[in-house]
Amino acid sequence: METLFASCIGFLTFCGVFLMLRGRTFPVMLGLTMLSYAVNLFIFASGRLTLRGAVVLGTTEHYADPLPQALVLTAIVIGFAMTAFLVILAIRARADLGNDHVDGKLPDADGMKRESR
Amino acid sequence: MTLLWILLLPMLGSLIPIITAKRQRSACALATAVAPAVALVLLVLNAKPIFAGETLRFFYAWVPLLGLDITIHLDGLAFLFSLLILGIGLLIILYARYYLSERDSMPRFYAYLMLFMTAMLGIVLSGNLLQLWLFWELTSISSFLLISFWWHKPEARRGARMALTVTAAGGLALLAAFLLIGEIVGSYDLQQVLLSVDLIKQHSWYPILLVLFLLGCFTKSAQFPFHFWLPNAMTAPTPVSAYLHSATMVKAGIFLLARFYPVLSGSELWFVLVSVTGLITLLVGAYLALFKHDLKGLLAYSTISHLGLITLLFGMGTDLAAVAGIFHIINHATFKASLFMAAGIIDHESGSRDMRKLNGLWQFMPITATLAMVAAAAMAGVPLLNGFLSKEMFFGETLNQQLLGSLSWVIPVLATLAGVFSVAYSLRFIHDVFFNGQPKGLSKTPKEPPRYMRVPVEFLVALCILVGIFPVYLIGDLLDAAALAVLAGDVPEYSLAIWHGFNLPLLMSALALLGGTLIYVYRKHLFEFQNTLPDVDALNSFERGVKQFAARCHRFYQWLDNGSLQRYMTLVLLSFVVLAGLPLLDLATLWGGRQELPIDAVNATGAAMLLIAAFATVLWHRKRLIALLMISVVGLMVSIAFTRFSAPDLALTQLSVEVVTIILLMLALFFLPHKTPKQSESSRVVRDLSIASMVGVVVGSLSYALMTRPFTSISDFFIANAKTGGGGTNVVNVILVDFRGFDTLGEITVLGIASLGIFKLLTRIPLFKPSSDGEGRPWALQRNSLLLSTVAQSLLPLAIMVSIYIFFRGHNMPGGGFIAGLITAVAIILQYIAQGVDWVKERMNVEYQRVVAIGLMIALLTGAGSWLFNRPFLTSWFAHFNVPLLGDIELASAIAFDLGVYITVVGSTLLILANLGKMTTSHRPVHKEAI
Repeated sequence: METLFASCIGFLTFCGVFLMLRGRTFPVMLGLTMLSYAVNLFIFASGRLTLRGAVVLGTTEHYADPLPQALVLTAIVIGFAMTAFLVILAIRARADLGNDHVDGKLPDADGMKRESR
Repeated sequence: MTLLWILLLPMLGSLIPIITAKRQRSACALATAVAPAVALVLLVLNAKPIFAGETLRFFYAWVPLLGLDITIHLDGLAFLFSLLILGIGLLIILYARYYLSERDSMPRFYAYLMLFMTAMLGIVLSGNLLQLWLFWELTSISSFLLISFWWHKPEARRGARMALTVTAAGGLALLAAFLLIGEIVGSYDLQQVLLSVDLIKQHSWYPILLVLFLLGCFTKSAQFPFHFWLPNAMTAPTPVSAYLHSATMVKAGIFLLARFYPVLSGSELWFVLVSVTGLITLLVGAYLALFKHDLKGLLAYSTISHLGLITLLFGMGTDLAAVAGIFHIINHATFKASLFMAAGIIDHESGSRDMRKLNGLWQFMPITATLAMVAAAAMAGVPLLNGFLSKEMFFGETLNQQLLGSLSWVIPVLATLAGVFSVAYSLRFIHDVFFNGQPKGLSKTPKEPPRYMRVPVEFLVALCILVGIFPVYLIGDLLDAAALAVLAGDVPEYSLAIWHGFNLPLLMSALALLGGTLIYVYRKHLFEFQNTLPDVDALNSFERGVKQFAARCHRFYQWLDNGSLQRYMTLVLLSFVVLAGLPLLDLATLWGGRQELPIDAVNATGAAMLLIAAFATVLWHRKRLIALLMISVVGLMVSIAFTRFSAPDLALTQLSVEVVTIILLMLALFFLPHKTPKQSESSRVVRDLSIASMVGVVVGSLSYALMTRPFTSISDFFIANAKTGGGGTNVVNVILVDFRGFDTLGEITVLGIASLGIFKLLTRIPLFKPSSDGEGRPWALQRNSLLLSTVAQSLLPLAIMVSIYIFFRGHNMPGGGFIAGLITAVAIILQYIAQGVDWVKERMNVEYQRVVAIGLMIALLTGAGSWLFNRPFLTSWFAHFNVPLLGDIELASAIAFDLGVYITVVGSTLLILANLGKMTTSHRPVHKEAI
């Protein structure tokens, strides 16, 4: 199970990072959301995986670790606040700058973003 | 305490010239001289214990934790240098009074000079390495101000800049050396450091710290190859050159060599670096001095050469050589300062420093000429003058060493050669200026200077002669005390007598005098040869080098910081891969020994859906709406994963946040393009894919390694005390509102701040409002769907009820303020979607900023309420009540805190979403018409 779980975290990270490396704001926001799923799962996994062990006293013999859960719970809400801020920033940037590129300006005339090395 | 005053007086004294600026020039100079004069008296009063070999200390703990104390350490060496600094400083004050013209700002000059004097005294008196370094840098800065005193001359500015760059850069190396010493010894106290000889010398850092230390010394003392700044600093007014570039500033590096001689010297590395550098500097300086036509240029190169001589003496490593080095410090200071002052008088009274124009000045200024000739003779090492004595000792020591093995004879030969050139340039100074025909093309007729301008020169020249004839009586004690400090206890037998009989050193002196005269007589041929060599302008090449370096840095910076977010992300991610990936390579096995849980069909299906949806998001990320739908599936699968792995609270939170996020992103899509144009090159895509897979592999491996390792958690405490201490059975919720309530308070504050920031971002936004969707279809005219509005309306009370239920049960069962708040917010958002903004506004006209504020205040006041009971912030309280019909009810103060969380979450979420939604209607807070 752990192998599968770790693979899922790794794959979500892969998808998130790839999207974050795109040049337009919307894919970057998607990437960030995806990455925060991965990060939340990672922090959650630091309490190890437990089946049927919800930390409500008296319901089970073997409890899961409540501390990472508490951390992730607030992380989810804060993550939402951050995503929201980013979304509005992207809208504002599009409105003020006239494009939705992450650098605030469209790449060179040939349509290809070249790096000046 | 008198020790501290020696340092404090000149420091305060730097204010005096500014205060007395309005007075007459003489009064200003006199007032300025008071502070150093008193300090000098205080210093001399301490002479007795110092000559008896004692070390006087003053200690004041400043920041003891950093090892930073104000410590004054007055031993023989510090005494000797303080005497030079204060004594010559006083003479310079007198001299500058007559040297500076009416146009020059004398108070400014004196203030800089006193500042410099303070810094120099600080270096020699410091008993703490960090304090010493501080004063060291202060000398660089104050000398910059002094050299650029005539800042209207570009040459002065450039020379000052170069001096500052070189010496301050060396200062940084010195700081590094001091920090290393402090790390090794465990203290920055000078006395501690001087006692830790073996500790430092046997440490593996010794070579590094020695090189850094010497870099500091050599840059300051103008040793080859850093000597070039000194001749260019000659653009300074002559009193500055006489003070800084003969007796003080350039001796600071030598002082440090002497100061740390007991700790750092004696190794092979010390010998090679110090003596070879000294030897080269000695020769190069003496040779080049001969060809300078500028009086001060000649003196500058001569200073470089003499500094090299002293460095060589310290590099030889014998006790006698160190004594000779100290002796030469004194002698060089006296004759070089008087020569600089004489050069200044000549410049002042004849209007030129060019030796091609200055000839036959004897007839115009015989007294000055006599004084200069005596001082120059001392510089050349003529018997019965002080320079002769230390030069004899130097020659004697070069014969006494075996440093180069069978090639050791080279050193005395080269030393004699340097002596030859030293005699030659001294002769040139005397003969060219005072004899050799008549002056050519001078702007004014030379004459003797004002009476008192000559006094400092007379005083110093008298010292040269007296020390030359009666060395033991005059400076025997001083030299003894200083040597005692440098050699840490064992002063060898040495003789200061003038006559040692016919011996090799005397022969070397005679050879030098003879050879020097010959070279001077036949100098024409040498000058012709020198003229064929390319002339390197140190100032220009230095500035070119600095410019090239700056340009290179600029180019690197532009490459690094080219304004591309993708570039930054790439760099950050690559460094993450390196930093987090490398330790994984060292990990023997990824599997940490914990038995894995079995995979069942449900989990496998869930994981498959998650992976497919994530892949689809990436694949279709250009079609934004589809990508959005796909990512919502990922979020859903994540929340199911939380349910599966015993985290019901997380699952509920994730689910409701997912709803809110998707609504938000949908709204965002209304304002953003609906498709992403294809813009990345294939190579870029390949690169990004490889970076992303590297990061993914590292993170995946890391989580596998983490999950399979056994662990102990502090959570047992929370589980054991949740019921008894926090009054709830849902441990996650008890942690949030009780154990770690302060964290939660911080987090809802962040939430509130983010929503307020969004609110501000949305005002006055020049919105791009599309009239159609991505495919060009116009928006539907019918705003609200009847079906949706009916369902939403009937759903609202239900949803509010559910959220209240979830809120109250949260302390004991999955639920709580965060989740309840999100559910309420979603229900209200649904009304906005279904009924439109106007409909909601009619029925519920709330400013959500206020809601956020109220929520935060409730949470904060609940926490502060504990203070009323003399408990720490956020201490919780609970009790059980037996209410009829409802049964046993538990009331905890944590509920009130959770209420604050609930209200903040509702307020923030609605503040974000409702305001963004309003953007599409007439209710948006815009001040100008949309584009």
